Amino acid sequence: MRPYVLQGHTRPLNQVLFNAEGDLLVTCGKDSNINLWWTDNGVRAGSFDGHNGVVWTCDITYDSKMLLSAAGDSSARLWSMETGEELFRYRFNEPARACKFSVGERQAAISTDPFMNSVSAIRVFNIAEDPRDMLQTGPDEVITLTGPRGRITRLHWVDNNRHLLSSSEDGMVRRWDVETGKVLQEAQLHDKQISDMQMSVDGTHFITASPDRTSKLVDTQSFEVLKEYKSAAPINSAAISPIFDHVLIGGGQDAAAVTTTAAKAGYFEARFFHKVFCEEFANARGHFSPINSVAFSPDGTSFVTGAEEGNVRLHHFDADYFTTNWDRV
Amino acid sequence: MAKWGDLLEEEEELPPSTTTGPDAKGVVTKVEYYRNEKGEVMKKTTKTRVVKIEKKVYKVAQERRAGWKKFGEAATERAADSVTSQTPDEVQLERIQRQKQTQEEKAKGASDFASAMAGSDKSAIVGSLRDMLYKKRMERQLLAAKGLIAAPERPPDEDGPGGSLPPAGKAGGWGAPSPRNRVGGAGGEGEMMQKRRDENSVRVSNLSEDVTEDDLADLFGPFGPIQRIFVAKDRETGESRGFAFINFIHREDALRAISKLDGFGYDNLILSVSMAAPRPERQ
Repeated sequence: MRPYVLQGHTRPLNQVLFNAEGDLLVTCGKDSNINLWWTDNGVRAGSFDGHNGVVWTCDITYDSKMLLSAAGDSSARLWSMETGEELFRYRFNEPARACKFSVGERQAAISTDPFMNSVSAIRVFNIAEDPRDMLQTGPDEVITLTGPRGRITRLHWVDNNRHLLSSSEDGMVRRWDVETGKVLQEAQLHDKQISDMQMSVDGTHFITASPDRTSKLVDTQSFEVLKEYKSAAPINSAAISPIFDHVLIGGGQDAAAVTTTAAKAGYFEARFFHKVFCEEFANARGHFSPINSVAFSPDGTSFVTGAEEGNVRLHHFDADYFTTNWDRV
Repeated sequence: MAKWGDLLEEEEELPPSTTTGPDAKGVVTKVEYYRNEKGEVMKKTTKTRVVKIEKKVYKVAQERRAGWKKFGEAATERAADSVTSQTPDEVQLERIQRQKQTQEEKAKGASDFASAMAGSDKSAIVGSLRDMLYKKRMERQLLAAKGLIAAPERPPDEDGPGGSLPPAGKAGGWGAPSPRNRVGGAGGEGEMMQKRRDENSVRVSNLSEDVTEDDLADLFGPFGPIQRIFVAKDRETGESRGFAFINFIHREDALRAISKLDGFGYDNLILSVSMAAPRPERQ
């Protein structure tokens, strides 16, 4: 592999994200930038300029026409993917962290952090057919889900948009009823915060990543922990391969301790684990600081890692990745 | 008076260049003629192999690629900014070799199959499956010896639920000799055993150095009960010398194993399997 190094961010990355076809990559980071890249050659296709605070997460519509971003400047914005134009801005009194379009993209869920007197919340909005219409009508908030403490780090719509899954800083995963606003189910999965939660392709299970040095594969319905992946260093992000029984884990020595750690001992590699046997079978070096976000392309032929140093590495697998029998003990 | 060669050159037109192919192997052959500085006619043949690489691209993705213009910082980006660069070096997906667990660790770990399955250690899962199958076989033989169940025709090749994994004979383990094969009286039994062992011994060579007896048990186990497996090791370094002997209890199993595994690719090496030459008579 000869990965592309994408240096579009000057500060740590927060999330890397492919679109549905896998031809586009969105990266966002602490430098308040959002960048759009072509995945075949790593060329920057655009940047979404406007946020003036850390951009925590993004989400792309299925048709790759619209981008939703949630940022620490207490706003969440809808962008046109094609022109980079800002279509609409949700203003909050608190920093926004997680954001996710519902299936079908008629609604969006945005989580806001606890701040001053407000508690953490998940806000669900209806999105107008043309988001620019909302400039006149204002945001159409359906419901606000509140209750538990702790920042909500990731959101997923499940069960035909009837429920929302949230992962939070207290290590809990919760299932919310979007209509009643009640917590239907919760599970304490980690001792520390859950920094990433990614769904499998079919939505039957998801993977969590936590600085408590574990990553867990969890059943979406029962919240039962199916598998646990252990690392020697904190884990910041985990992704499930859409084509193989492989799990990609990114993390590394705590950012605060990086300067005192040798790059080799920092566990800054992108690590591949077998999904069932939970053994690490391969890794790819390259970053010199903790990896903050990892993602597989939707066709499973490439993966991308974004790290604390501000670099994004876009890897297209060599042919032997697909022919090697990685299952052998 | 010019030389005949010069005359020939001046008079003769250069033959037209021809291009043939691509042929079945995708090779295009191009033949050209030209004159060098001395005026001599040179023939130049260029062979090019043409390979078609098909890449599927989503139609929407292609349209996006053609239609979208750069925006934001990307629009003002210069090549000198080198925002995107490809690493000069190959980055390998480095394979991690896990150390095999020792027998003690295995014993300490999950002891029964259910708990091993719940865990994550592959060798524990496979190991406990092996132990379970072995235990089952022993129980059955004990019952058979007590006369509680009918003695099996021969130790079963496959047992256990599913039977998806080949039953791995214990390396160097003991396989019950079937009473059917018992020839002669009790007197010469030891001698007979020794003889039979030699007769049914299979020699495997061209093994990779890290092949263990357990691996061979996995490989040869499906053909029938194995009496003994011996991997030849260097006396001083302890490294495998690349060949091994497998003693089957039944000669027909040995023959079957030879017919199936001779020339079989194992660990990237082609195995050579044959009957072992009988040991020279000891004086």
